[in-house]
Amino acid sequence: MTDIQNTQTGRRWHDMGGDAAGPVPTQQHDFSLWEKRVDALMIIASAHGHFTVDGLRRVLEDMGPDAFETMTYYERWIASVNQNLIEAGVYTTSELAQRMTAVAARGATYGEAASD
Amino acid sequence: MPHDHHDHLSPSGHPYRPDDDHPLTYWQQMEIAVRELLIEKGVTTAQDINAQIDAMDARTPANGAAVVARAWTDPAFRTALLEDASTATREMGFDIGPMRLIALENTADVHNIVVCTLCSCYPRNLLGLPPDWYKSRAYRSRTVKEPRKILAEFGVTLPENTTVRVHDSTADMRYIVIPHRPAGTDDWTADALGALVTRDSMIGTGLAKLPSA
Amino acid sequence: MTDRTYMRVRHDMPPGHVRTPAYLRGKIGWVERTLGPFPNPEQLAYRHAGQPLPLMRLRFTMAEVWGNAADGHQDTIDAEIYSHWLEPADAPHAP
Repeated sequence: MTDIQNTQTGRRWHDMGGDAAGPVPTQQHDFSLWEKRVDALMIIASAHGHFTVDGLRRVLEDMGPDAFETMTYYERWIASVNQNLIEAGVYTTSELAQRMTAVAARGATYGEAASD
Repeated sequence: MPHDHHDHLSPSGHPYRPDDDHPLTYWQQMEIAVRELLIEKGVTTAQDINAQIDAMDARTPANGAAVVARAWTDPAFRTALLEDASTATREMGFDIGPMRLIALENTADVHNIVVCTLCSCYPRNLLGLPPDWYKSRAYRSRTVKEPRKILAEFGVTLPENTTVRVHDSTADMRYIVIPHRPAGTDDWTADALGALVTRDSMIGTGLAKLPSA
Repeated sequence: MTDRTYMRVRHDMPPGHVRTPAYLRGKIGWVERTLGPFPNPEQLAYRHAGQPLPLMRLRFTMAEVWGNAADGHQDTIDAEIYSHWLEPADAPHAP
């Protein structure tokens, strides 16, 4: 497991310029509906002044390198959007928790649970 | 019963990707919950969210290609673009918002390439959403240190006397590379030229396409 | 190159959200252009108003940043650095 901030140098994990790395991966994926919705929520909520792109980045950085390796780009984004909205007081953890439980109860796939 | 996703649209009109048929993930659950709470709290509406998705879908590299083709064919626009790209592209209908756009012109001697080592900053209004490779650890790590090796991986070899300029998008600037205009296109219209301008050529990991014989 | 304004990027290593890449800290570049003011992202990231600061595009040679490891010694890196990270410097000596 790598640290968020190097104990000797103080360098943070996301500050990657100059690191050794393998070939640039060429595979791309088309964005799914839920991913586009995450992107839209970020644009809209930040445009309404609930948080800034700087806050989005700060939370993404604080998630650490393991999140970068194990979560997809938009999985990390919805986690960060949510944390920023909680910090902004737009809704509470309790409201989110109960809604997430209700969502899961609707069905086993995104199509069923989104119920739109 | 097998699913046929080719004619299966969600209520919002977007087709589901086939792998949306996997079990609902925790993060998808969160997206649904967050979206519903934001609508219920009056922060936004389902219509506004769909409109934002449609607006994002409409932003493709064709926007950037139109800017490049105009710079190639309109010397006054080229000058304006290099002087103040935000204003010049806004007058074409492309608004960079609170950030600033800088156009980087490739020449016979200079090749520009753009990276965001710290995250994934990208001129989305001109090129759409960034490709996965632009956001990868490998691209973000290596481009500032060995750009010529990165270019070689993308199939770009530059003449020996070319200077490579790497641009790390660290703050409020966004960058579009103006690729070198291919030879043999002297009397082409801007529309025809736009078709030669690839997304990668506007990031700097590619060159404009050559006219086919 | 006497018309260049050289600046050194401070070699501080703070925690938290900063937009000065570590690979440029301690390096000397010259001002390619001055931009801004833009609000300080280090403050915006923590839900504070950002103090408006000049933003400098600095140009560095590959040789200055990477030394002998540089792929093409005359190639350059341009980056946008907020003014509070910069201090005046003399031109770096050739490696």
